[in-house]
Amino acid sequence: MLNPLSHPGAGKPPMFGDYEAQRHWQEITFNLPIKQWYFNSSDNNLQYWGLDYPPLTAYHSLLCAYVAKFINPDWIALHTSRGYESQAHKLFMRTTVLIADLLIYIPAVVLYCCCLKEISTKKKVANALCILLYPGLILIDYGHFHLGFALWGVLGVSCDWDLLGSLAFCLAINYKQMELYHSLPFFCFLLGKCFKKGLKGKGFVLLIKLACTVVASFILCWLPFCTEREQTLQVLRRLFPVDRGLFEDKVANIWCSFSIFLKIKEILPHHFQIIISFCFTFLSLLPACVKLTLQPSSKGFRFTLVSCALSFFLFSFQVHEKSILLVSLPVCLVLSEIPFMSTWFLLVSTFSMLPLLLKDELLMPLVVTTIAFFIACATSFSIFEKTSEEELQLKSFSLSVRKYLPCFTFLSRIIQYLFLISVITMVLLTLITVTLDPPQKLPDLFSVLVCFVSCLHFLFFLVYFNIIIMWDSKSGRNQKKIN
Amino acid sequence: MAALGIAMGGGNWFSALALGVTLLKCLLIPTYHSTDFEVHRNWLAITHSLPVSQWYYEATSEWTLDYPPFFAWFEYALSHVAKYFDQEMLNVRNLNYSSSRTLLFQRFSVIFTDALFVYAVHECCKCIDGKKAGKELTEKPKFILSVLLLWNFGLLIVDHIHFQYNGFLFGLMLLSIARLFQKRHMEGAFLFAVLLHFKHIYLYVAPAYGVYLLRSYCFTANKPDGSIRWNSFSFVRVISLGLIVFLVSALSLGPFLALNQLPQVLSRLFPFKRGLCHAYWAPNFWALYNALDKVLSIIGLELKLLDPNKIPKASMTSGLVQQFQHTVLPSVTPLATLICTLIAILPSVFCLWFKPQGPRGFLRCLILCALSSFLFGWHVHEKAILLAVLPMSLLSVGKAGDASIFLILTTTGHYSLFPLLFTAPELPTKILLMLLFTTYSISSLKTLFSVPSFKKIKEKKDGRDLVLLLPVSLPKQGGRARTSRELPGRCTAFPA
Repeated sequence: MLNPLSHPGAGKPPMFGDYEAQRHWQEITFNLPIKQWYFNSSDNNLQYWGLDYPPLTAYHSLLCAYVAKFINPDWIALHTSRGYESQAHKLFMRTTVLIADLLIYIPAVVLYCCCLKEISTKKKVANALCILLYPGLILIDYGHFHLGFALWGVLGVSCDWDLLGSLAFCLAINYKQMELYHSLPFFCFLLGKCFKKGLKGKGFVLLIKLACTVVASFILCWLPFCTEREQTLQVLRRLFPVDRGLFEDKVANIWCSFSIFLKIKEILPHHFQIIISFCFTFLSLLPACVKLTLQPSSKGFRFTLVSCALSFFLFSFQVHEKSILLVSLPVCLVLSEIPFMSTWFLLVSTFSMLPLLLKDELLMPLVVTTIAFFIACATSFSIFEKTSEEELQLKSFSLSVRKYLPCFTFLSRIIQYLFLISVITMVLLTLITVTLDPPQKLPDLFSVLVCFVSCLHFLFFLVYFNIIIMWDSKSGRNQKKIN
Repeated sequence: MAALGIAMGGGNWFSALALGVTLLKCLLIPTYHSTDFEVHRNWLAITHSLPVSQWYYEATSEWTLDYPPFFAWFEYALSHVAKYFDQEMLNVRNLNYSSSRTLLFQRFSVIFTDALFVYAVHECCKCIDGKKAGKELTEKPKFILSVLLLWNFGLLIVDHIHFQYNGFLFGLMLLSIARLFQKRHMEGAFLFAVLLHFKHIYLYVAPAYGVYLLRSYCFTANKPDGSIRWNSFSFVRVISLGLIVFLVSALSLGPFLALNQLPQVLSRLFPFKRGLCHAYWAPNFWALYNALDKVLSIIGLELKLLDPNKIPKASMTSGLVQQFQHTVLPSVTPLATLICTLIAILPSVFCLWFKPQGPRGFLRCLILCALSSFLFGWHVHEKAILLAVLPMSLLSVGKAGDASIFLILTTTGHYSLFPLLFTAPELPTKILLMLLFTTYSISSLKTLFSVPSFKKIKEKKDGRDLVLLLPVSLPKQGGRARTSRELPGRCTAFPA
């Protein structure tokens, strides 16, 4: 399936899995009553691509099913349409994805870039182009509805349309539960705003309004499932499969990388794994969230989105490789502020999905879109000229470090060398994975290597983004104004 | 780091454009390809496996070699690279062989040979005077021209989806035009002669070249009022031009002349048995003619003015490629189409002879020749519209009047190419690319000519001929026939 900027032939055989899953959901939602959507029954075998996203996805599938019924009922006939694949059907599925993108995601990106301050129109257009060219979103593409809604949420909240922003974000969560990765920054930012306005006056009013909006939107989406306790519980069970373990398959996650050395999955008991992952996740995102609550600012909000999503990605349980897109989206938003590091991060995030993309035979589109993205970013933002400490937003940090270590002056050069090493490693690994066969005893060697290298990168970026957030002080901003 | 930054960021927008479109072409590799793919694979096989004497006689496949010898040698050169990709594609008996390596090789060969097209565009940009334009890079005529040529929608879908080798051929043509602009006439003539022997469709524009070179190069000076000065005729120049053309032709056709195969070669090159119109009607005058004939015959049958028994069974709209008779209107012979074409190009050729206006006048005449041949020619393909669209881009960044004509021509021309890609997966691609290209061309040309110093009255003298032809070409979009037995891509000579 594709995105308008990619091409039909490019995403050749859409992965049988997700494509069939989407078609199956249309079949289920159209033919069965709502009460049965999330339950296992003879008509609805949950083992076969059972519905495991929140209700909005189901409603969306229902809508598509109505359109499909109008065009060709065979596509969604109960039981008999399993594995259905035809040119017309592929075109239909692609079109639904395309329309979703056109209506929600792309306008959000364009509007976001228009609202960027202090840059020329040309740079805004270049910014929008670079975001839209991000390879991850082009190649992995089963609809960016949730990312689009989340982006509208960010836009609303940053421009002080708090209610609309939170409504959009609630819709995003109700579309895909992974958006919960972004929920803490939203919560902290809005709470911080309420505190700032004074909890006895306007702030309290705002708090109440926000609470009502959130509750109302949730109730609206979950209405058919709120009637019985069993319904709600079953849906929650499908959304959060706690019995599935710390991780599945290979993902550029701490737990997966750690298990190279120590098989945690087998050593620790199940509930302990969940507790550990929760602890690590919350510990790593606590500083940034606390700072955001105490000093809410638009810039802090965006960076906190990045660091929170990254913390969740690294330490949470049952993380899928595709979840890196939830981190990439906020990074795209800060592209204009720290172009060099953002471009680097986005390249690494694309690289981390290499095993997944190779499985889908998307090597050529991957190479082409990555090169195109890199060139677009390099020319639009002149990233290689912006590697000074100030450009990397590390000025205040290095000043603090220099109080204790006066010789700490070579930060930017270190980062430049790291970048070179990183790119060379990624290119080499890609070449090796594509050309050579893994040794017999270690069939997963290359994908594990890719995950491990990506994980190291992500840890580095986690530290980097947290440094920016914690050392971003008002005095730093005043200094820039004076300069 | 900074050096790399300068190299990437800096001023080399042309390389960025070229690289960008090359990446786009790579993305188009797995898309639908027409029977032209098999045609070129077959030619690779023929030129590789058979001796030269057999090239124009080989007929195992229905797609016989029907391009001039230089193209055959080009395929021969390619076949030597092909053997490292997949030896099997070079077997003449392997009809419709299209392994993934074959596909990769063929697509990459088109992308690679487009390098000549990129070079030609670079040379054409040098001929553009961009002093009057705005300061922004994207408003400069050179930038707009580069985008209009490098990212041309028609060329992209014909070459990189439908599959043909037009890129480097148009590169040769644009390069020869650029050389004529740069007053390097001999090189221009040489390049055009070579081009003719690559693909003889460029005979359409040969009159423009002939008349221009004769009038503006062989007559070295003009009288003060612009008319011809007979005593400035330079024999040296005529003879050197003639020598160039002769040598190129000798190189190309010489071997076949020695083998006494010239009549066979010519019959392959000019297959008049293929009928007035291609399987897909090109939107030209004969399409309207056929439509009128059909309408009249239906009316005639309804009003019982015609005898059903006398109407020939095979009709134009059955999608087959063959010769046949019209029912009501007089039938059209190749000679008739030639006369119509000649009449159509006469005004522009006369202008070029009696009132030469330098290279620009030549370019206008070239475009008019291309358009006239497209409208009135025998067995014209839709793709031939590119012959007029691409040179027109050069004129479009010069004058506002030319720009508006270019926009109409290019939009309708590109739209007429849509039926070439009839598969469902290509539908979003072609619509999206067409929209992007059309939007860009309209907005950029509009911006370019809204700069106050550029506002000029439409040039009546030169634009007149072009404007005359446009009303005829516009209704062409209506004259399309489609049945379920159409043969996409190349034509065949099926019996009635």
